[in-house]
Amino acid sequence: MSALPGCPLPVPEGEQTVCLAHGEGGLLTRRLIRDRIQRVLSNPVLDQLADANQIELGSPRLFCTTDTFVVSPQFFPGGDIGSLAVYGTVNDLLVSGAVPVCLSLGLILEEGLPLTELDRILASIQSACQECCIYVATGDTKVVPRGQCDRIYINTTGLGRPRDTMPPGPNALRPGDVLLLTGNIAQHGIAILAERENLGLTPGPRSDSKSLAGEVACLLPWFSAVRALRDPTRGGVAAVCQEWAEASRCTLSLDETCLPVSPEARAVCELLGLDPLHIAGEGNMLLGVDSAVAEQIAAALRGAGYTEAAIIGKVRPRDLVPVTVVTSLGHERPLVEPLGAPLPRIC
Amino acid sequence: MKHQQEYRDPGSVRALLASLRPRVSRRWRIMEVCGGQTHGLLKHGIGAALKEEVELVHGPGCPVCVTPVEIIDQAVQAALLPGVVLTTFGDMLRVPGNQGTLSQARTQGGSVRTVYSPIDAVAHAAAHPEVEVVFLAVGFETTAPASALALLQADRLQLKNFSLLTSHVRVLPAMRVLLEQNASGIDAFLAAGHVCTITGYEEYRELAQAFRKPIAITGFEPLDLLRGLRACLELLEQGDIDVVNCYARSARPEGNESARALLHQVFQVADTPWRGMGVLPAGGYALREEWRSFDARLRLDLGETSPTRDCSACRSVEVLQGLIKPTECAAFGKECQPDHPLGAPMVSSEGACAAYYHYHEVPAMSASGQAVLSWEST
Repeated sequence: MSALPGCPLPVPEGEQTVCLAHGEGGLLTRRLIRDRIQRVLSNPVLDQLADANQIELGSPRLFCTTDTFVVSPQFFPGGDIGSLAVYGTVNDLLVSGAVPVCLSLGLILEEGLPLTELDRILASIQSACQECCIYVATGDTKVVPRGQCDRIYINTTGLGRPRDTMPPGPNALRPGDVLLLTGNIAQHGIAILAERENLGLTPGPRSDSKSLAGEVACLLPWFSAVRALRDPTRGGVAAVCQEWAEASRCTLSLDETCLPVSPEARAVCELLGLDPLHIAGEGNMLLGVDSAVAEQIAAALRGAGYTEAAIIGKVRPRDLVPVTVVTSLGHERPLVEPLGAPLPRIC
Repeated sequence: MKHQQEYRDPGSVRALLASLRPRVSRRWRIMEVCGGQTHGLLKHGIGAALKEEVELVHGPGCPVCVTPVEIIDQAVQAALLPGVVLTTFGDMLRVPGNQGTLSQARTQGGSVRTVYSPIDAVAHAAAHPEVEVVFLAVGFETTAPASALALLQADRLQLKNFSLLTSHVRVLPAMRVLLEQNASGIDAFLAAGHVCTITGYEEYRELAQAFRKPIAITGFEPLDLLRGLRACLELLEQGDIDVVNCYARSARPEGNESARALLHQVFQVADTPWRGMGVLPAGGYALREEWRSFDARLRLDLGETSPTRDCSACRSVEVLQGLIKPTECAAFGKECQPDHPLGAPMVSSEGACAAYYHYHEVPAMSASGQAVLSWEST
């Protein structure tokens, strides 16, 4: 006779997968937190293990952002859900003009998740935190019955303190300003798509998931000339441009021939009928800058190793269409926002 | 990728455009048959660049657009059956039927999976013997061989849980009907290169001579399309009739014999309904008698569906036959947009209405004051 569904059976030592008892608040929960999570992520704040831990931000004002990560597959070329959950939230702080300080970490685990997989993800979280000079300040773990989530979901809430100077934001964009990208677009979305759909490409596209701290550091001397910066994640560059056009009441015009897209991402887009402007990246930034220093900023980025950095368009007074793309043949067409999941072509 | 760059080279495109213009004495009406060509012509601005010389008439060659509403309804019906997984290409998910879309069926608990190839649907059936996997098989001669291959593979694997809901259509009978009616006044055709790659183009010669219309077979890149237009314009200006293959890197007169053999093994030519055009004689493919056990309609007893609801605001029937441009429809860009389409041509990545929505020339829009103000995000 089988056990009742959802019954949290006692789990013998040496069990290799997450079980419901790991989330029930008893001995197994404490072991999971102490031996696996805290052991890897240990720092003086997290180690308080209080219901609410005290942190030192060094500023009366703080930035707060939250994001939830449900990516499938959890491990993909160029990254995994753990590092993505750190970089994604850190980048939201960075592009908002904050210095990231710490994160909270909420884990939702599916019953049956191999503990080795959880360990790999935790190690990846810790490694990304060290790279970004931040720490996990508090956390929570829940386990749901098999089939009620896809292996693991992660929520991270990030706290940061303000920089001395910050770009004013997209409503400061004005006609004549220049749009600039710090790296290849669409790389993350295409890597996930190729992996999920088993497109079998060699070499397969790799996610660009990473912290944007290096790019931001490179831009700091130019911050007074930067109007706005954003990482084009879901919805891609097209979605950010639509938001900026709305905020600035200007028209944004992109030059298709200048868009930095890797050959492998371009190949997948061609194959599936996708527009790279609609596809998420996780390691580049769109900037709106004063035209007087745009070339210098692009050169500074390229000089710092961001070799794909490129000027991709300009801002002009608002006309009928908020965002346009000029093709290689000089034809200007509207760029509309993606609807949702991009759909492949069928013939 | 090599081809893409080679056939998009801006210098070559501009040179070809410049050489074309002086040779044309009047404005000709040329229909591009395939939705992929429509998108190529609009996306790269070729229609706009040649607007004095050519009026592009957009043809019915969008597989999503010509799939009858009744098939969508049967697919929705199948998806909502317990133990059935409906698989299809992504574009089909948002096509409205009488009972909503497949995407809506999914939110009601229906099981719908997007696949990139019917072979993926067979693999899903093999991995999940506990469910019935139905592949909604739509498209032209280009996708039908893959459906045939999937069926044969399922047969070889002795799968008892895989079936096809087919609505495969043939291009040539539709071209014939359009010419017989010739309500759109077509002077020449750009025929679809990928279809001819499968079927060959011997039969096109008879059509061209019977109706005295030149036909150029083209691909989808700017230079392909321009070479096709050049061939049509030269023939029209000289008063000659011929079929010219401007896609020789892929299309041969006899087509792809192994793909044709696959088609023949699994399908037979049959009178077939087209959305917006009625039942076309020999207009599509039906499963041969010996493969009836793979017919989802029989396996799942998919019944007759309710009569098609007429959407008076949507003029996609006229768009599909080249009778009007998408922008001539009062609903275009207003009630009808990609996120809330009234008709299939606004849904599909091959549809003419979607092509206009995404690629219509910006200055032309401003100048003509077309109904595109909904693009404004205000």
